[in-house]
Amino acid sequence: MPNLMELKYQVSNEDFTRAGEASSDVKKKLKQLGVSPDVIRRVAIALYEGEINMVIHAYGGEITVTISEERITMTLADRGPGIPDIDKAMQAGFSTAPDNVRNLGFGAGMGLPNMKKNSDTIDISTEIGVGTTVVMTINL
Amino acid sequence: MKVSDISKDGNFTLLTPTVSLDKDVDKLFCCDLLSIAMGKAPSGSCWVTVMSNVNTLAVATLTDVSCIVLAEGVTMDDTLKAKAASEDVAVFTTELPIYDAAKLIDSLR
Ligand SMILES: Nc1ncnc2c1ncn2[C@@H]1O[C@H](COP(=O)(O)OP(=O)(O)OP(=O)(O)O)[C@@H](O)[C@H]1O
Ligand SMILES: [Mg+2]
Repeated sequence: MPNLMELKYQVSNEDFTRAGEASSDVKKKLKQLGVSPDVIRRVAIALYEGEINMVIHAYGGEITVTISEERITMTLADRGPGIPDIDKAMQAGFSTAPDNVRNLGFGAGMGLPNMKKNSDTIDISTEIGVGTTVVMTINL
Repeated sequence: MKVSDISKDGNFTLLTPTVSLDKDVDKLFCCDLLSIAMGKAPSGSCWVTVMSNVNTLAVATLTDVSCIVLAEGVTMDDTLKAKAASEDVAVFTTELPIYDAAKLIDSLR
């Protein structure tokens, strides 16, 4: 099945004021496509958490969102330090967020659990010192 | 109740006068950690928090809350107010603590 739409976003390093732009834009596009509010909400939550992680824990990267008849696929590729222990990172409450980001309201260690909960599949591949790629799909 | 009912109470000052206050408020939600709010804030709720930054607005729009109430006298600078207005999110400020603010809004329902 061909993709109906492909969207690409550059996520810059440490730019908290812009973090969330990709999620907001995807949300708008899905609304225009008439996708159900429940699915839009799940996409928005999952993508926002991933986007913020790219800013906080990595040095930015690229987000690709493809929409087909069956599903929405979100690929978040960063140039960050990688995740040493994915199982641990997935645990609710686990966070290595530094104080300056905690002061902004992040660091509850709920981002990855939220991403898992709101997507139908999540796949994380990571290499220490190279980067992390998170692929999430949400069925339509 | 509607967002406009909150603006009628003298304890709450509207920071976004250009935003429509016509949205319904079905629930109240209190939380300051953004990823918890992101996962849990019910759409159509009034979100009471002391966390005021651009990410608060992002979470509010992505979760479709009806309005934000900033407690403990927390406010927004002009840039943030303008951003809230452009995102169509109504934001109030109150001197009340979070619990008292939420309790008062609940009693208005
Ligand atoms: N893209 C990434 N690159 C490197 N490490 C990451 C990345 N994403 C997550 N991590 C690691 O996994 C941990 C857990 O991530 P998670 O999103 O669940 O929580 P958090 O970002 O620390 O806090 P919250 O999302 O609640 O604000 C992070 O603290 C970080 O150590
Ligand atoms: Mg996170």
